[in-house]
Amino acid sequence: MGEHGFRRSLQGRVVLRVDEEEKLLLAALVHQILELVTPDGPPPGRDVDPLAAMVGIDPYARRPDDPALRRLFPDAYADDEDAAAEFRRFTERSLRDTKVAHANTVLETLRRSGTKVVLSDGDAQAWLGTLNDLRLTLASRIGLDEENHEAFYDLPEEHPFFALFHLYDWFTFLQETLVHALSGLLSEPLDAAD
Amino acid sequence: MRPVGIAPVELERPEAGSSTLPDTPWITIVWNDPVNLMSYVTYVFMTYFGYPKEKAQRLMTDVHTKGRAVVSSGSREEMERDVTAMHSYGLWATLQKDD
Repeated sequence: MGEHGFRRSLQGRVVLRVDEEEKLLLAALVHQILELVTPDGPPPGRDVDPLAAMVGIDPYARRPDDPALRRLFPDAYADDEDAAAEFRRFTERSLRDTKVAHANTVLETLRRSGTKVVLSDGDAQAWLGTLNDLRLTLASRIGLDEENHEAFYDLPEEHPFFALFHLYDWFTFLQETLVHALSGLLSEPLDAAD
Repeated sequence: MRPVGIAPVELERPEAGSSTLPDTPWITIVWNDPVNLMSYVTYVFMTYFGYPKEKAQRLMTDVHTKGRAVVSSGSREEMERDVTAMHSYGLWATLQKDD
């Protein structure tokens, strides 16, 4: 898994080679992200305020209990709960919508592709966001941190986190190669050492 | 701590209705986490803030080694915009008054 990363083709397109199994895996994981970040409806018995929804305000947005969601939608104020809660009501909805749109773009580009996925730069930005969401979520699920990162490579195959860690590692490789492919358009591209 | 570099300096404007003293500047802080790639963080600082590679890499290194870096400063509204952008890139960012 993951021998081929993203690269920029001679025609300037961002290209990824994947086999059918990799595509199925990717799509399955992206579907889970989609489910995770899709906004909840209003609490039972409460109606959506159409005007608030139109301008992206979610009066019911609360600090999530799920650690992965807390990492995807962090508090914007570290030491002011009220300000953090208000900020969340005004911004979380559109942040969720952005992540949903990114995940849908990834699924759509996979659906229309064979084993060669060719991305516009807009599609590539969506992939970059979704790969990051996937990595943040997986890392949270398996409790990965800076100190224990290396130890995950020694997990036996039967360990419940084995597959999740290797997916994380693959997404890391994909994201790293995608960043480098995209940075080619910057005035100062990143090089292999960056 | 204020970022230095060749990026355009944003002037602070006192908010309408506030006293004659300009507001305390606000800052956006990006915090370290074990997941975000160094290349990705550098890329985000270059593309969103328009920072030159050297400055973006210095800020990224600060995030990685010191646990946090101040990546921008300005009015509260501007910093809320920057924090929202950082969250949309998946970086862990907060804003606060620059004490």
